[in-house]
Amino acid sequence: MASAFEYAPAPESRSVVDIAPSYGLFIDGEFTDAADGKVFKTVSPSTEEVLSEVAQAGEADVDRAVRAARKAFEKWSALPGSERAKYLFRIARIIQERSRELAVLETLDNGKPIKETRDADLPLVAAHFFYYAGWADKLDHAGFGRRTTNGPSGANPAPLGVAGQIIPWNFPLLMLAWKIAPALATGNTVVLKPAETTPLSALFFADICRQAGLPRGVVNILPGYGDAGAALVAHPDVNKVAFTGSTAVGKEIARTVAGTNKKLTLELGGKGANIVFDDAPIDQAVEGIVTGIFFNQGQVCCAGSRLLVQESIHDELLDSLKRRLSTLRLGDPLDKNTDIGAINSAEQLARITALTEQGEAEGAERWSPACELPGSGYWFAPTLFTNVTQAHTIARDEIFGPVLSVLTFRTPDEAVAKANNTQYGLSAGIWTEKGSRILAVAGKLRAGVIWSNTFNKFDPTSPFGGYKESGFGREGGRHGLEAYLDV
Amino acid sequence: MPTTAPTAQALVDVTASDSTLRRFLHGLPGVDAVGLEARAAALGTRSIKTTAKAYAIDLAISMVDLTTLEGADTPGKVRALGAKAVHPDPTDRTAPTTAAVCVYPDMVAVAKEAVAGSGVKVASVATAFPAGRAALDVKLADVREAVAAGADEIDMVIDRGAFLAGGYLKVYDEITAVKEACGTSARLKVIFETGELSTYDNIRRASWLGMLAGADFIKTSTGKVAVNATPANTLLMLEAVRDFRAQTGVQVGVKPAGGIRTTKDAVKFLVLVNETAGADWLDNHWFRFGASSLLNDLLMQRQKLATGRYSGPDYVTVD
Repeated sequence: MASAFEYAPAPESRSVVDIAPSYGLFIDGEFTDAADGKVFKTVSPSTEEVLSEVAQAGEADVDRAVRAARKAFEKWSALPGSERAKYLFRIARIIQERSRELAVLETLDNGKPIKETRDADLPLVAAHFFYYAGWADKLDHAGFGRRTTNGPSGANPAPLGVAGQIIPWNFPLLMLAWKIAPALATGNTVVLKPAETTPLSALFFADICRQAGLPRGVVNILPGYGDAGAALVAHPDVNKVAFTGSTAVGKEIARTVAGTNKKLTLELGGKGANIVFDDAPIDQAVEGIVTGIFFNQGQVCCAGSRLLVQESIHDELLDSLKRRLSTLRLGDPLDKNTDIGAINSAEQLARITALTEQGEAEGAERWSPACELPGSGYWFAPTLFTNVTQAHTIARDEIFGPVLSVLTFRTPDEAVAKANNTQYGLSAGIWTEKGSRILAVAGKLRAGVIWSNTFNKFDPTSPFGGYKESGFGREGGRHGLEAYLDV
Repeated sequence: MPTTAPTAQALVDVTASDSTLRRFLHGLPGVDAVGLEARAAALGTRSIKTTAKAYAIDLAISMVDLTTLEGADTPGKVRALGAKAVHPDPTDRTAPTTAAVCVYPDMVAVAKEAVAGSGVKVASVATAFPAGRAALDVKLADVREAVAAGADEIDMVIDRGAFLAGGYLKVYDEITAVKEACGTSARLKVIFETGELSTYDNIRRASWLGMLAGADFIKTSTGKVAVNATPANTLLMLEAVRDFRAQTGVQVGVKPAGGIRTTKDAVKFLVLVNETAGADWLDNHWFRFGASSLLNDLLMQRQKLATGRYSGPDYVTVD
């Protein structure tokens, strides 16, 4: 009777998604080969199986796509907002209808658990399109004022033109939604480059655009590497650049764009502080710490990768946290009971491994639960470091993996000082049952998103963005419109 | 310090007076309702299939306190219930027996006879169930009668009025008196009626209060009010028994009761047990379901797993 309750495998069926052996670039409403015929392979990070071969965009393709987007811009931006909204609503509904297929696809290409793609990514993707569809015919009332003279498009306030958008691999379809939904709602046209390790969901989205009858050239998708992204940023006929990714690349983009009249928003790295006071709801704080750093294997720019815990409850909280980590289920991302999936790429795994080795070398104490890693694919066990100080590399550099650094503090002032003592400023969490403390501390934190008694909660109505080297500009909410409007 | 682990001695101290008890209970970590419910819902998405499902169904059957608590109960009805508890599926003798039958005190003797020799326990509600609105003497007489008639387990209700008014020591004293009346022969389940306590903070405090007073089981509800067992309140009580054992070494059982009607629900509760309190609680000595209609759904699902076909309600016994 007391034998353990072993969960039998419960894999989501792969048969709901039909991945073609090869895909082209999506330009002007058609799938086409790259001008130089280059292709690259995309693999499933959990098995290293090749999923498909994808055309690799180069400079000539970028130029073709930007010209298609420019051509489409005139009519698209002249449409009444209510007409653009219809397309966005249609896209949102198709995403909902195809959500199971897209969730499985995303899990295969990215390595994250189906539980997350099914319950977080896809619902948020659809919600984002629904939300911005609602804004499309209300831009005059978004608080950016009405222009006194109509621009050439007649829209009021006016869109910028062609948006060049570059997105990362950690939330491929969700980042696409964050970029494309506000751009289209405001009347811009788009050239989007998905990350080279996760091109598939963007290509499926291209198919959804066709299914929704979106006019040709309004959305163009260019799978490719950094060179394609650089060409897109540098293209003279791009009016707006939106980038989510690493701080290093973000700085390069800022240098490229400097001196042009391109409008720029950057969503970069983070080293979020999750602050737990001694009067916190402990069990829920433990859940929030786990969600904060192990959601999507910690490959989240707003991850709560630094745990700041009040000294008086350090031991008790760490015991609870370790017990909880021991129940995490790592393995096949398609299994519905999997909590921790695969790391997205060999390159990322190498980076996480190097940084954690550095953490040990610098004297922090490493701990992981007993955890068997699969034989193939890219895997990293949930890890936490104690005895970490502000001076340690693992407390300063973004690891972008399932690695938590635990630091302590004694007073609220010290917590705030340590939380702010980072080059980043994207997210933070505050755990306390005392409402006045939440407000007092939140007011002093320099982070774009602050969660209280929760973590990693997203909603299209809420603006998201960073301070300092975490970038500038806001995505989501009413604020997200501004990045795509000439106001 | 609200979160310092009390030593065994400190736990004796906290029950010394109303004020020490109050200070201790109000010093327990708070419960964030949104986070608690989100965690319960997340565990509810676990997918329990094939061999795991078969294990869970048999485990759940073995944890059922098969219950009849109606004014219209008769000896005939109770005998039928006893027979069902001993052989839940008359067509398949491999089905486990239920943990217990649960009846009113005046039916204990009948129930005892009906399950004699089977290992199925007889549980009796007592202490002026379900309202608990009676003098302590009356409540204790109720308990003594049930124990004298052979009850193996007593399901008492706490005085919710006293608890909500802050009279923690009164509630504590009542539980210890009932525990004493149970003697060594009967295990005590303490029902909080969580639907009437209303907040999760109260449920955590009541859980600790019950355990401090010597409860062998803490139980959510009577099944007689609007809100009975929920995944969230059961998760919270599982956290409480887990923490209590960590601090005192004493293991206490948990019994959600009321509103659990389907196999799917029962399996979700077992997932909560497995991933919160742990495998030590996956045994009917430490976890029970207070239910009546649940058993038939478990049996139908069991037949489905064995045969590959769904039968109908006419292929399980109505009582």
